Amino acid sequence: MAGQADEAFVEFDRVQKSYDGVTLVVKDLNLAMPKGEFLTMLGPSGSGKTTCLMMLAGFETATNGEIRLGGEEINDIPPHRRGIGMVFQNYALFPHMTVNENLSFPLEVRGMGKDEREAKVKRALDMVQMGEFGNRRPAQLSGGQQQRIALARALVFDPELVLMDEPLGALDKQLREHMQYEIKHLHENLGITVVYVTHDQSEALTMSDRVAVFNDGVIQQLATPSDLYERPENSFVAQFIGENNKLAGKVRSVDGETVTVELPGGATCRALAVNVGEPGSETLVSIRPERVIIGAAEDANSAEARVEELIYLGDHIRCRLNVYGNDEFIVKLPNSGIASQGLSVGESTTISWKTEDARALDPL
Amino acid sequence: MNDTAPSPQAAEAALTTADGRPLAVALAEAQSRARRRAFLLVLPLLAFVLITFVAPIGQLLYRSFYNPAFSDNMPALVQWFKENPAGTEPDEGAFAALASDLKGLRANKTAGIVGTRINYDLPGSRSLFTKSARKSKKLEPPYREALLAIDEDWADPLLWRVMRTASSPWTASFYLAALDRSRDAEGNIIRVPEERQVYIKLFVRTLLLSALITLTTLVLGFPVAYLLATLPLRHSNLLMIFVLLPFWTSLLVRTTSWIVLLQSQGVINDILVALGLIGEDGRIQMIYNQTGTIVAMTHILLPFMILPLYSVMRPIDPSYVRAARSLGASSWTAFRRIYLPQTVPGIAAGALLVFILAVGYYITPALVGGSTGQLISNLIAFHMQKSLNWSLAAALAALLLGGVLILYWLYDRLIGIDNLKLG
Ligand SMILES: Nc1ncnc2c1ncn2[C@@H]1O[C@H](COP(=O)(O)OP(=O)(O)OP(=O)(O)O)[C@@H](O)[C@H]1O
Ligand SMILES: [Mg+2]
Repeated sequence: MAGQADEAFVEFDRVQKSYDGVTLVVKDLNLAMPKGEFLTMLGPSGSGKTTCLMMLAGFETATNGEIRLGGEEINDIPPHRRGIGMVFQNYALFPHMTVNENLSFPLEVRGMGKDEREAKVKRALDMVQMGEFGNRRPAQLSGGQQQRIALARALVFDPELVLMDEPLGALDKQLREHMQYEIKHLHENLGITVVYVTHDQSEALTMSDRVAVFNDGVIQQLATPSDLYERPENSFVAQFIGENNKLAGKVRSVDGETVTVELPGGATCRALAVNVGEPGSETLVSIRPERVIIGAAEDANSAEARVEELIYLGDHIRCRLNVYGNDEFIVKLPNSGIASQGLSVGESTTISWKTEDARALDPL
Repeated sequence: MNDTAPSPQAAEAALTTADGRPLAVALAEAQSRARRRAFLLVLPLLAFVLITFVAPIGQLLYRSFYNPAFSDNMPALVQWFKENPAGTEPDEGAFAALASDLKGLRANKTAGIVGTRINYDLPGSRSLFTKSARKSKKLEPPYREALLAIDEDWADPLLWRVMRTASSPWTASFYLAALDRSRDAEGNIIRVPEERQVYIKLFVRTLLLSALITLTTLVLGFPVAYLLATLPLRHSNLLMIFVLLPFWTSLLVRTTSWIVLLQSQGVINDILVALGLIGEDGRIQMIYNQTGTIVAMTHILLPFMILPLYSVMRPIDPSYVRAARSLGASSWTAFRRIYLPQTVPGIAAGALLVFILAVGYYITPALVGGSTGQLISNLIAFHMQKSLNWSLAAALAALLLGGVLILYWLYDRLIGIDNLKLG
């Protein structure tokens, strides 16, 4: 980790930001990114993602702390000398210019010759498969096409760092998924560093090397997509990423890696001690729905459950259960033809899960 | 139903509604009802505009080339002019016709009207008509001698030429006069003598001053409109009130307050003298000249520049400029290449509005313009109210209207009228 910090390409060091001098929108942000990484900032609306991006791009100044790019502090460098490509949520294609003029704008302001400009514009357009649209105005393009042009424009001057603020937010689901792959491939082929902002978690998980989950101006967890899903470090992340069952309880005892939690009604279960306090403090046990099985199992926690609802979803069956008074407990049963047949609404059954699949986290 | 049922092929070509009427007919019927209602809604305004705007303007244009003052009151002479081609020496018959018309003038008390009409083209001849008409009762043949006895001027060939022109109620002479032109003995168009050339100079001055005022309102208004469009709502509302404040006070009050400020015993001069920047006898003349007109009109027309600019700037997304900056443009380049081009419809609309208003402005130059700050409308007003030469006033106004329409047409060719954004 220390070695990585030395070669960090983008670095936020104890950055704070306040717009009004009363509240902190970004609180003590520390983040280091190596070159070539695809990092996504994910979080609910108003959590400060855009603000972080704007500070990096130079449109907002950090109230406190340092932002470094390639080891150099950039707090006082104006946006146009940072050499950072940016894709805006509304694309911000210049409406009075054609696609070609939009793309050659960054090259012109850099004083590049005409021939070189044309070659670069053509290459960038081909890269996003928009070669034939050079003479159109942005208003004559569809949303997805505008998106590609915005992407090409942010890349045409070969920036090492590209920022994207919800670039796919305005597209329909199918096009969004398609563009996710295209952006991912461009990132891989060009070797650029990308900071990507979204509040769509599946987008974050499919595209990123690492994801920073934001809430309330603080990074809740910075980890790879699989870590984030498998090993959430606090209840917010467990709740925000994917589906999650939570059982509220009190810590009875901590022994090493695991903890014993007393659930309402007196039953106990064991879970990994990830983020818990002293015995007696409140905790929330988090279990992914697909890690729970119906029926008893050896060497596992088990609980009594009553079937509340069965929803047929084709490849699997969603089973809503009441477990220790929590009637939002979800179990996913793979549709193997027979699995669901044993269950009917109202019936009582036993469920079980492994201790290492249950994580004791902070109470919400 | 059977005999009207269309053949299968025709049914394919012309669709019908559920009750069998052709679709096109049904649609036209439905639309014509809506159109009738729309027409009825605008009817009151249409009538108002026709009565109070189109009719007077038409009347005005008509007057500028139709003046029957002479032809209606001098029927005998008109008849003589008709029978004898241009260049014929006025003979005894002509003077006899003149004498009979003069008697008619005396009887109808219309000598003044005819005299005024001839006076437009030949200054000083009004009294000739009134005097001769008064004495016309004693006129006896031979009329030539009798009339020359009343006044030698009746022999003036120029007078006869002018009367021949005036004998037709249709005339271009008011337009010629409005362009500082007149006709010489052979009927060629020539410029009037240097000291009587006023109108062209005034037209040029009006256009130049209007252009200058348009430019100053643009230079002063652009930053204000930008602030209005970008400040947070709370501040921009306050600023907007300041911009609109002039509309809430009377034009006269505003203009007089400029007099208070700018006159040589006024506030600004007093301050300059008190500061010792100028001496007591070096007070600057800032009003009752072109400076006064420019300052006061710039102030009065400023909102007409700011509001269209604002309405264009408001919806410009700040992310355009941000995008330009992130692409490597300095803030000046981003402004010049990205922001400014997007405000062009507002600039064009504001400039057109201010220019057209300035070209026709009357009250402010009349109050603060002195003699060098008068515009063409002040002269039009003079001819309407003082010299009572309505035909000339109408010709001047028509030329002004024509000039503005040409500018408008040029604007449409260069910028496109559909790019105009007034709000
Ligand atoms: N220019 C500004 N002035 C004042 N407050 C602002 C400004 N921009 C953002 N904020 C506040 O800062 C907080 C964080 O905003 P930010 O735009 O960074 O959120 P976000 O994470 O990008 O949200 P979203 O997902 O909705 O885009 C919000 O509470 C917002 O109200
Ligand atoms: Mg945002």
